[in-house]
Amino acid sequence: MARVAASRRSFLGHSYNLVGVVAALVILAWTLIAIFAPYIIPHSIGDIVDDDYFGPMRQGLWLGSDYLGRDMLSRVLMGARYTVGISLAAVAIACFSGVVLGMIAAVTRGWLDSCLSRFLDAMNSIPSKLFGLVVVAAVGSSIPALILTLAVIYIPGAYRFARALAVNINSMDFMTVARVRGESTAYLIGSEILPNIMRPVLADFGLRFVFIVLLLSGLSFLGLGLQPPLADWGALVRENIGGLPFAAPAVIIPSLAIASLTISVNLLIDNLPQKIRDRDA
Amino acid sequence: MTSGVLNLVLKRLAIAVITLLIVLFAVFFATSMLPGDTASILLGQAATPEAVAGLRQAMHLNDPAILRFLRWLLGLLHGDLGTSYANEMPVAALIGGRFINTMELAGITTLLSVPLALTLGITAAMLRGSLYDRTVTILSIGVISVPEFMVATLAVLLFAVYLKWLPALSSVNEAHTLTDLVRIYAMPVITLTFVISAQMIRMTRAAVIETLSTPYVEMALLKGASRGRMVLKHALPNALGPIVNAVALSLSYLVGGVIIVETIFNYPGIAKLMVDAVATRDLPLIQSCAMIFCLGYLLLITVADIIAIMSNPRLR
Repeated sequence: MARVAASRRSFLGHSYNLVGVVAALVILAWTLIAIFAPYIIPHSIGDIVDDDYFGPMRQGLWLGSDYLGRDMLSRVLMGARYTVGISLAAVAIACFSGVVLGMIAAVTRGWLDSCLSRFLDAMNSIPSKLFGLVVVAAVGSSIPALILTLAVIYIPGAYRFARALAVNINSMDFMTVARVRGESTAYLIGSEILPNIMRPVLADFGLRFVFIVLLLSGLSFLGLGLQPPLADWGALVRENIGGLPFAAPAVIIPSLAIASLTISVNLLIDNLPQKIRDRDA
Repeated sequence: MTSGVLNLVLKRLAIAVITLLIVLFAVFFATSMLPGDTASILLGQAATPEAVAGLRQAMHLNDPAILRFLRWLLGLLHGDLGTSYANEMPVAALIGGRFINTMELAGITTLLSVPLALTLGITAAMLRGSLYDRTVTILSIGVISVPEFMVATLAVLLFAVYLKWLPALSSVNEAHTLTDLVRIYAMPVITLTFVISAQMIRMTRAAVIETLSTPYVEMALLKGASRGRMVLKHALPNALGPIVNAVALSLSYLVGGVIIVETIFNYPGIAKLMVDAVATRDLPLIQSCAMIFCLGYLLLITVADIIAIMSNPRLR
């Protein structure tokens, strides 16, 4: 813990607080679980290990069993892999495309900027869940399709955010100097703008990750996300919803897993020093 | 209202119309990409190729997409939403009753959540930094950070499983008395109210706090005005624009919430209809439902923007 705290301090060059460190640890833990899940699960996710369905928590089955009597702990740990993995891939694509387009629009201005902004603003005014519903219905629920769908839904937001930041930087004197020097657009966005908007963009990355986790879970919950036998946390809630009247751990634990991840990311961002998370920069 | 404001409002309305067209176009094309040929789905596996071809011809499925889009748009202008593929009924008839159900759900939620959220948001801002403020803030962040279905499952656990006040699942058709009705609407409304209020509380609190930090509020404080007077007489009238804006924006979250809530509580509204339509690939139905949702969402966002424009004192 001390090591993590120290590295945080040296990495960001700012003081930290306890809530932020705890949140960072929770995120780190889920990341490690997502990577090493296949090696640490006590039972195979398909094995029926309990005679009873919706079994309670007990020794050996630490999180109880699901609607078929499968080990819930193993399923939640493997679920982390899909929820974290798919969301991370989607947010990476969304933020990368959104930020690059936003910077290009801010630097070049003109018709490209107008067209992109108008089009992406229109995309932004489709409610995300509705968008997800229609697109997933059209292109299916395979993992690559899901990643792309989620990414496309959140590109407009990332674009808008990055463009607003980049427009501010674009009016600085050093940008005028660089332009007069005759630098290319690629140099302008890569070497002049990007380093100056990096921190708020990273904070935005975290927030967008939360949105994507929530949307993915929502879609899976509706039965339109990850398809069986694969199951992310949203799908785990869906398949065990029958245990709700008995308050089975099988339906509560995956919900708590989602909440622990999303709340941690939100808390981590809220507890970053003002300078980094300032979204109005 | 000066011509400057009028111009801005008209410009905003024009943008809304253009956005609507792009959205309709996007919805139409996304649904056209649905896998599987509608004609062969409708006729079943035993259909002869000739029959499929004939039906494709009759349904204009061979026409270019742009032509079908324009035809669909023209139909919309005449109030013709098309015919459902799945059960041959006019889409308008399928949507009609369910639309009223969804509007009822949304309406009751709005009536409950707006006063609740405004009270909590404004009082939290007034008592900024107190235990009360921190509790409200943490709870609203908590609700925003979790998926809607989790709020719903927690509500079921609390009110139906532990307290046993309400039934876990309900059906509107079985409502005969007022008590029945309250019991049926309670769960979906409670869930939606939580989801909507959390957003609204945060935005309202932020708007009031921002106004409280302005020089004229400080002036009122120095003048010796009481805390209540300072907030109600000086800060609130100026924060009204941002607050109404926050309300309109938060209500647009109803769209996402309603999709989850109607599914989980088996509530017969258009969101449930749409989720079912996606499962049966009922194109005209999906298009119409998506259009209604986008229209509602766009309406709320546009209203929010127009209020923001009109409430800006520098433009008055």
